[in-house]
Amino acid sequence: MSSDTILEMRNITKTFPGVVALDTVNIGVARGEIHALVGENGAGKSTLMKVLSGVYPHGSYEGQIFYNGEEKSFRGVADSEREGIIIIHQELALVPLLSIAENIFLGNERARRGIIDWRETSRRTRELLAKVGLTEHPETRVTDLGLGKQQLVEIAKALSKEVKLLILDEPTSSLNERDSDALLDLLMEFRERGISSILISHKLNEVSKVADTITVLRDGSTVSTLDCRRNAVSEDHIIRDMVGRSLSDRYPPRDPKIGDTVFEVRNWTVHHPVHSERKVVDDVCLTVRRGEVVGIAGLMGAGRTELAMSLFGRSYGVNISGEALIGGKPADLSTVRRAVAAGLAYATEDRKTYGLILEDTIRRNVPLANLEAIASRSVVDERREAEVAEEYRRKINIKCSSIAQETINLSGGNQQKVVLSKWLFADPDILILDEPTRGIDVGAKFEIYTIIRDLAAAGKAIVMISSEMPELLGVTDRLYVMNEGRMVGELPTAEATQERIMSMIIKSAG
Amino acid sequence: MTDLASSEQITPQGNSAFGFIRKHMREYGILLALIAIMAFFQVVTGGILLKPVNLTNLILQNSYIVIMAIGMLLVIVSGHIDLSVGSVLGFVGALAAVMIVNWEVNYLVTAVVCLAVGAAIGAAQGYWVAYFKIPSFIVTLAGMLVFKGLTLWLLAGQSIGPFPRQFQLIASGFIPDLFGAGGINLFSLVLGLIVAGVLLYLAVRTRLHQQKTGIVDEPFAFFVAKNTIIALAIVYMSYLMATFRGLPNVFIIMALLISVYTFIAGRTTIGRRIYAIGGNEKAAKLSGINTERLTFLTFANMGMLAALAGLVFAARLNTATPKAGLAFELDVIAAVFIGGASMSGGVGTIVGAVVGAFIMGVMNNGMSILGVGIDWQQVIKGLVLLAAVIFDVYNKNKAA
Repeated sequence: MSSDTILEMRNITKTFPGVVALDTVNIGVARGEIHALVGENGAGKSTLMKVLSGVYPHGSYEGQIFYNGEEKSFRGVADSEREGIIIIHQELALVPLLSIAENIFLGNERARRGIIDWRETSRRTRELLAKVGLTEHPETRVTDLGLGKQQLVEIAKALSKEVKLLILDEPTSSLNERDSDALLDLLMEFRERGISSILISHKLNEVSKVADTITVLRDGSTVSTLDCRRNAVSEDHIIRDMVGRSLSDRYPPRDPKIGDTVFEVRNWTVHHPVHSERKVVDDVCLTVRRGEVVGIAGLMGAGRTELAMSLFGRSYGVNISGEALIGGKPADLSTVRRAVAAGLAYATEDRKTYGLILEDTIRRNVPLANLEAIASRSVVDERREAEVAEEYRRKINIKCSSIAQETINLSGGNQQKVVLSKWLFADPDILILDEPTRGIDVGAKFEIYTIIRDLAAAGKAIVMISSEMPELLGVTDRLYVMNEGRMVGELPTAEATQERIMSMIIKSAG
Repeated sequence: MTDLASSEQITPQGNSAFGFIRKHMREYGILLALIAIMAFFQVVTGGILLKPVNLTNLILQNSYIVIMAIGMLLVIVSGHIDLSVGSVLGFVGALAAVMIVNWEVNYLVTAVVCLAVGAAIGAAQGYWVAYFKIPSFIVTLAGMLVFKGLTLWLLAGQSIGPFPRQFQLIASGFIPDLFGAGGINLFSLVLGLIVAGVLLYLAVRTRLHQQKTGIVDEPFAFFVAKNTIIALAIVYMSYLMATFRGLPNVFIIMALLISVYTFIAGRTTIGRRIYAIGGNEKAAKLSGINTERLTFLTFANMGMLAALAGLVFAARLNTATPKAGLAFELDVIAAVFIGGASMSGGVGTIVGAVVGAFIMGVMNNGMSILGVGIDWQQVIKGLVLLAAVIFDVYNKNKAA
């Protein structure tokens, strides 16, 4: 092993009862490189990182871990952290109501005999924040920061522990483009300073932008290790390795048949629920036609989710004004029930918090928005319920052991399909899909796109909110661009480019 | 698709007997625990536990806990808690005594008024919980103090009694023997047989339905064993009670409540929605469920059942005392958690809560027969509650 290899994991095999999660996986990380780890959900990326960090202790897996040339047997996360291996998980581990400084030194307080030295804490925090490019006051509460800045605080926390190998699990999945870029720049800066990182990401454009080496996992095995320094690796190549088949086209082909306007929103204005003087959605107008897929592009915090939720039964905001018309007539959308009855459905961006009853089965989740349809005189027909769930499982290919499986145990893509099933069963005319492919893998994304296409072909009107511009360009017919609560542009997708959309956003801010 | 084929291979092998036990450890565990505890006390008390007179007593003693546990299960499943039920029970008992004894109101009118007052009390508390989002712990803690105080005020610190005969019969009466055979209350036995028969029929019907839709989970041997044991137990219990004085009226009330609420919780849209609210209130709301109204109704229902328990309790003691209902809420809540409900809501069954109540009841009764002091009874009951919940959490972690 050469001396400039910081980490080598050899022939790692990890089994759970009945499942081989990792099968003789090999990965080598050179000192001072950015090593990307990619693969579909369930390919074994997180399991591999849990083996590395000691979440699965030495002895519970087979194979060897060499770190700085020595074989290691970590018995817990504390062991690996002591060696400078720090993981930042997708779900941030910050305490929202504590300050930045308190969070950074949580469990590692600058203290003498149990008494915290606040001056030292504050001074060190400032230093660390400067390194990640933050100028916030150390006493700012974490909850008052945006997600992007919270992510940076996590990294500052890692730096406080003298990190040598930084592992980031989907760090940009909930960040907008600008924050993502800042984060990736920071990784490249760390590389200059000799800190190695492992980046787990679904966003292949980011991976090909920053990674020196890419390891692709599929079904628990190493499929390939690609060296990006010698020659450029195409995204298609990575995808081919990830899914084991060539996705000749990332978006299903479609032939739109667009009809009359079914949904029209006029002068919609929504105020913030707490700071009621602030307009979160400002005088928005929007139309959708039968069979049409309309996209809403914009940065995180542009007010898109707030627009959708305020339309859907006034689930967000106060002092809502404006008009909503369905089929040319004013529609009563004042409660979720009425909105559903009027033919509207909203599939949330946050499946776990707003979409699913996680500890309940697929069977019981699917009919939830339309229980009346499987009940007579308020008594649920369980046979009908099972038939409905089974029908959607087959129709949109929910991968599960059976419909009796709890949704908490499904992968992100399949959870999303359960949420979609729920709304399809409510049989809406207009579907608002909020970030329908967030955090799900390439194969499942394609399936979701196909569902969207088929729905449009069946005459539904679709509004798709997404922060991934390529997907909007690939799936929609027409695009709205939203920024700071206002619609700042509208154009046919055929005429749109990422650059044009970005420039609309930037010009409107100026 | 290739993935579909692979997922279908997993399905049929999933329901091996062992895998099934592991998945449903909780449901069988609680029933087995009740049987084991009963067997234990039956042996160490030298057969007193299942003597007809004691069995009848056991049911009478626990009836008000069981009635309240049914309401509490729904409250806890919806993600809340009600600490006021003991005080409400006491208050309604006092109200009944004042109406019947002091004002000489007809006992049926009194019962109806009392149930309405209970529902109104529950609704008043539920209103703050549901529409103002005040934590239920605090609202019902306040309710507990308020109604404890109002009970004292209503009774002016005194006990009021006795009640007229007809009112006492709610708690101490037995169903008449329509067949009039001597020695044994044949009608009670026949009723027991009918109930066992109906339960068996329902179980078989559900199983056939499941087979048709291909979602059979339970291995056949388990299905047979479980239902045989339940049917035999019901027949045997009703036989035992028939040899004493027959089935108590309260037993009939309880049996009706258990079946009606099991049906509501498991099979109606209201039940489904209550479980959904407890499982994830935000998701339920965005699915068009009127979470506020259902939470409100759950509390109103709890208040009504606490009032019913109050009537039963007052009728049983034949007097209303300021101490009635003291700390009952703790027994009720413990029963629900022993029965497998989850603190965070969304999980639990009516039958589980009832079995939980009887586990507590059998332990109380058995330990009293053995002469175990009230001090150690409390300690042991506390440890059983803790053990049941630890068992729950342990199982859940292992499954994950």
